[in-house]
Amino acid sequence: MGFFLLYLEPKTASARRQGTVLCGVATLCFLFLIATRSTAQNPDPEKPVPILSGSAGAFSFVAGGHNLIDTQINPVLLVPLGDRWLVEARAEFEGEFQRPPGGGPYGGPVNKHVDYAQVDYIASPYVTITAGRFLTPFGIFNERLYPVWIRALQPDPLILPIATAPSDGAMLRGGFPVNAKANLNYALYVSATSTDIDSVDSERHVGGRVGFFFPGPRVEVGGSWQKTLQDSRKNAFGFHMGWQPAKAPLNLRAEGVHSFAGSGYWIEGAYRLSQARFWQKAMRRTELVARAQQFFNGQLTPEAAEDFELPGANTREADFGVNYFLRDGLKGVASYGRQFSSVGNFNQWTFGIAYRFLIPLGRVGAQ
Amino acid sequence: MKMQTKRCVTPPLVVLLCVLALGSYVFAGGTSSRKAPAKDSSGTPVVHITDTDAMRVQGEQRFRANCGRCHAAPQKFPPRMMGTILRHMRVRATITDADMRMILFYMTQ
Repeated sequence: MGFFLLYLEPKTASARRQGTVLCGVATLCFLFLIATRSTAQNPDPEKPVPILSGSAGAFSFVAGGHNLIDTQINPVLLVPLGDRWLVEARAEFEGEFQRPPGGGPYGGPVNKHVDYAQVDYIASPYVTITAGRFLTPFGIFNERLYPVWIRALQPDPLILPIATAPSDGAMLRGGFPVNAKANLNYALYVSATSTDIDSVDSERHVGGRVGFFFPGPRVEVGGSWQKTLQDSRKNAFGFHMGWQPAKAPLNLRAEGVHSFAGSGYWIEGAYRLSQARFWQKAMRRTELVARAQQFFNGQLTPEAAEDFELPGANTREADFGVNYFLRDGLKGVASYGRQFSSVGNFNQWTFGIAYRFLIPLGRVGAQ
Repeated sequence: MKMQTKRCVTPPLVVLLCVLALGSYVFAGGTSSRKAPAKDSSGTPVVHITDTDAMRVQGEQRFRANCGRCHAAPQKFPPRMMGTILRHMRVRATITDADMRMILFYMTQ
């Protein structure tokens, strides 16, 4: 809960930055203490145990001839309390290292922040209440596909920054069957999130997402909406879909968004070569990926768009990649992409390794 | 100026969310007093499939359908870990209560 204190009074930029990190670390330490304490008094062999999970990765991004070495670790702490509660938090520690323009050793910032720190209460089979800082449920990439061990291609989609900044507030969400062939899932939230670390400005939003999942054909479709509750009260709309055909190891996903900041879409297919009849041991561990995406400028100036981590001009991009799953939770990744825009075209290469770890914070007994 | 907007707009929305949450909680609790499926201590429906093999098949199907939407199949973990992981995934991926129970059964066999 420490991060709530962050917004009580104006501070200088460095003090606020330091406060953010300290509050995040304090929150994680607090949760860790709860986790270890609840485990020590918990002899029930079926009772959920607190877990420290997360992902780590090391990547080399070469874009337009410039190499960026990205190393990151994203710990996730999960603390179940009783039958209905879950406290969860994820932090991100990411180093982005480049050679200076004149040459020399690699150097750069190490970014630290808390992606989410939330309390979930499972009120009923239909509703879970969430409070705290949470990932904004807009589309599917931000909430479900973002971790490096999950995403099929390491470069972010161009439209990812739109309507996906973390939210501070409250949310209702859940999923339930509407009939034998379809499940409905939803999320509704209100938030008042600090928009600038250098000031006390905040941006208030209301929004939601609704989706239908059809387990038979394994098709998911849905839409998202976010409204800014101030100034020009702007809206953002999103669409997402996914399809995993049962007869082929194929995973198709797509997202689209329309907002004042810009519009665009991405569509991605990942094919596991498990049906190949040669080199089966290696082929079933190999995944081929392709992604096409397009971004259309919105009402932001090119400078504002870049501050928002969006392209400054209309942009198209195609990426192709290969993932090799060395073992459960560990994969090597490589991809090539080319970006086209009026600002300039360039190639983008990615090489790296992604790992997911999972550590129980207590005795779990035999499997 | 922004602070004024915050005072005017946010409280009604918070109240609305609270009312919706309370309403759904009452609704969910209310159904248990009627002829509804049996519920366990946490208020969630108990799945009445007596055949263990059938449950395992159902669990595997739901596991592949739900978990495969985002990531490759992970290895199985001890029951106490799976309980936590599935509670997390229930929230993160909005998995239905019945699916969560079936997947938990499958993943802990």
